[in-house]
Amino acid sequence: MSNTGRPLSPHLQVYRFMYTMATSIAHRVTGAVLSLSLILFILWLVALASGPVYYHALVVLLSGPLGTVVLVGLLASFWYHTCAGIRHLFWDSGIGINKAAARLSAYAIVATTIVLTLLSSYWLVMPKVHP
Amino acid sequence: MSLRSPMGRVLGLGSAKDGTSHWWSTRVTSLALVPLCIWFVVSLYGIDVSDHAAVVHFVRQPINTILLLVLVPIACYHSMLGTQEIVEDYQHDKGRKVLALILLQFLHTLVAVSGLYAVLKVAFGSSL
Repeated sequence: MSNTGRPLSPHLQVYRFMYTMATSIAHRVTGAVLSLSLILFILWLVALASGPVYYHALVVLLSGPLGTVVLVGLLASFWYHTCAGIRHLFWDSGIGINKAAARLSAYAIVATTIVLTLLSSYWLVMPKVHP
Repeated sequence: MSLRSPMGRVLGLGSAKDGTSHWWSTRVTSLALVPLCIWFVVSLYGIDVSDHAAVVHFVRQPINTILLLVLVPIACYHSMLGTQEIVEDYQHDKGRKVLALILLQFLHTLVAVSGLYAVLKVAFGSSL
């Protein structure tokens, strides 16, 4: 690492922005968001185990405007990472690795994410806004 | 003709010294998480999540207790593998990298144990 005079391989900025690049970056970003959400999920379980008072406090917190934004962001991240992850599993087994299929699956995972996020946000978050 | 040494072939570790175990574990845990996470999210629709007693009742069902006890450690392990990969990609300072990787392991262990404890307490605790 001390020899800084070495030629470097081309980095992100020299590539033209592509949908495959966007889906790849989004997969990593949503993964990081989900790692943070994991703490919230565990907090939810710990609040549940701590009794109704603590649990109610968390529910109130998550029912507020900020909580709603967090939950919808969490759901969007979850559905995207799940869909893109399944796409990666198909790629790993050798299915769908070509330009046409990758383009099609990129559109498919984004569309599926939007639909599932809207559906799950409506059913999961909306009833909690006015308990 | 292979450029790999006979010893290298036998050990099968490659240049990263740990073979494909990280990559493979990520895939296997993701395969498990697909049905587990979808089960969990779909299950939440069936109960009133704002009602403590209803959620406790849900967690106490044997099948739900078991699936949660499976989901928590696998999710934590998958999260640890993913965040490790991010640190390895972007943190080039060796000292900071090792520190971050150790912190991630400690944090994920803490999160996993907390989750397992909470599920077990709800499932087997007498009064809540």
